[in-house]
Amino acid sequence: MLSIKDLHAGVEEKEILKGLNLEVKPGEVHAIMGPNGAGKSSLASVLSGRPNYEVTGGSITLDGKNLLDMSPEDRAREGVFLAFQYPIEIPGVSNINFLRTALNEIRAYRGEEPMSAKEFLALSKEKQKLVEFDAKLVNRSLNEGFSGGEKKRNEIFQLAMLEPKLAILDETDSGLDIDALRIVSRGVNKLRSDKNAFIIITHYQRLLDYIVPDFVHVLSDGRIVKTGDKNLALELEEKGYDWIREEAVR
Amino acid sequence: MINQLETPLYESIAAKFEIASLQSGDEQLRKLRRDAFELFKSLGFPSIRNEEWKYTNVQPFLKEHYELEVIRQELSAEEFDKTAALVAAHLEDVQHSLKGAHKGAYRLVTVNGRINERLSVLPDESAVRILPFSAAEHEPAFARYFGKIATLKDNAFAALNTALYNDGLYIEAPAKAVLDRPLHIINVLLAGANVFVQPRHLFVLQPHASMEVIETTITDQDQQHIFVNSVTEIAVGENARFHHYDIQTGRKGMRFVQRVEALQSRHSNYSNYTFTLPGADFVRNNLAIHLNDADLESHLYGLYLTAGSQLADNHTEVHHKMPRGESNQLYKGVLLDQSKAVFNGKIFVYEDAQKTNAFQQSNNILFSDKASVNAKPQLEIFADDVKCSHGTTIGQINKDALFYLQSRGISEAAAKNMMVNAFAFDVTEKIKIPALRTYLERLITAHMETGA
Repeated sequence: MLSIKDLHAGVEEKEILKGLNLEVKPGEVHAIMGPNGAGKSSLASVLSGRPNYEVTGGSITLDGKNLLDMSPEDRAREGVFLAFQYPIEIPGVSNINFLRTALNEIRAYRGEEPMSAKEFLALSKEKQKLVEFDAKLVNRSLNEGFSGGEKKRNEIFQLAMLEPKLAILDETDSGLDIDALRIVSRGVNKLRSDKNAFIIITHYQRLLDYIVPDFVHVLSDGRIVKTGDKNLALELEEKGYDWIREEAVR
Repeated sequence: MINQLETPLYESIAAKFEIASLQSGDEQLRKLRRDAFELFKSLGFPSIRNEEWKYTNVQPFLKEHYELEVIRQELSAEEFDKTAALVAAHLEDVQHSLKGAHKGAYRLVTVNGRINERLSVLPDESAVRILPFSAAEHEPAFARYFGKIATLKDNAFAALNTALYNDGLYIEAPAKAVLDRPLHIINVLLAGANVFVQPRHLFVLQPHASMEVIETTITDQDQQHIFVNSVTEIAVGENARFHHYDIQTGRKGMRFVQRVEALQSRHSNYSNYTFTLPGADFVRNNLAIHLNDADLESHLYGLYLTAGSQLADNHTEVHHKMPRGESNQLYKGVLLDQSKAVFNGKIFVYEDAQKTNAFQQSNNILFSDKASVNAKPQLEIFADDVKCSHGTTIGQINKDALFYLQSRGISEAAAKNMMVNAFAFDVTEKIKIPALRTYLERLITAHMETGA
């Protein structure tokens, strides 16, 4: 599904990703861990097309299509979804109108008819229930005045509504208390299927107790330096990152 | 002012005044016009050396050769059909939003300032009296208010209008009359050549009257220059309530200078909503409110969305003269392309105006590196027990928010449109007529999706 080859990218002349390779297949969950400054969030930004990132080498394809040539909106329409580490508050834009516009633009891109208000509301109700998202929040301004946990849950609700092929969760666990973490994880687990894939960026092993990954990658200094299964995350939790860095240098 | 005497407009104005001064009504009116003309001659058209016009150079808009006469007689069949088609198309635009949600509005159509009854749907005279301005001279309220509300001192355009106004509307809501639907005034401008038109209006709301008025202006798509210099005086009686909406659209070649002044009595509410959209070359709105009595409220809401090389200038003045008045101003601007905007808001709280609450806020977003805003909030307080505040912000579009919307599959143009509507929201939500709000949001969307 996703194929990243020898990716080099950075911000303002500073190279952050230095030859990153990653293959993700449908149905897989990949966790990406690594120390601060390793380039985890940069990877999420480059995948979703954040404007200030510059790609200086390598390629990213999604089902054979070159993502790097696409605008952020076209990437989303092709099925890339980024759950933001810091979701943006946009006062005056209603959550529900925003989602309906997004959904219908994605449908139009695929040559599908816009969804009627009735169908949309039915879908919205179903997904709210699925990911345990409070109906009161749906009708408010987008993220305005939401608590940290509510914002993250809204990301998962959007994910449920838009049904992307590839979802990237950028430190979705940061700032969540244990109950919110459980709810968010339950939501993600319900959305997993053999057709979609997840990249989960996290600092902590804790999230991976709830969302069990197929692969765990360690990102260090702009490259994936070690790949393992879920046990690698446990090992990292116990031993930290230094041993991997040393191993990588050797 | 030597240079002004040499402009063709100034000369034709002087010549026109000689004729007009002989024709107008009674001696009192002639004197008013003569004095106003003398004042205009001493002031001349303002230059950027005038503090009130520092950021708005009006001179380039006055250079054309303008006719001072417009079609005044009955419309020919052809002109009537043209006007009817323009009005129908406009109503389709506006009232598309009215369908189902609202019982609609009364309609008053004027063509170059002259009332066209065939195209109008007017309310009963017991609810509101509507007369041509020129036929209202003997109305008691006309004598009481005409020329008494608008400030001519240092206002060359208002003085010129007073000296030479063409015609306009006299609208009086009798005591206790409550108009059940909004009155939509459609000003149609038909110009066979470049014209300089000067409409003059007077609105009088007698005590306990209540009225909503929506003003729009339409014209044909010719390339003629049309300069509109209008003055509207408004008297809002005790316990009267007036919601006044002005939707300013237009096309290239149109220039507007308007002065709206309202005089309020005790327990009255005057609310003004001025919305300027892309189209006209230049708009200068002068809005002044005189709170000459105690216990009353005024609300001024403005929104300007400008594009191309448009210039939109809003000058407001709120005069709190008596105790316990409340005024609230909120102006928001969105500037595209190389457009410019000016906001100059003044609040005066006089010595006797204790317990005044006066607020003013102006917020702007620049959508382009070439757009600019000059904002100047001013507050002068001579009373000691008041609550007043003012503030201005000028910012750029929030790029993180834009990316967030795009990352969900929303196109850049649609995302910008959502953000502009969101920015404008605290002004548009104040619109009391839902269909009008829909119309305005549709206008914003239409411009954002083609322009930005």
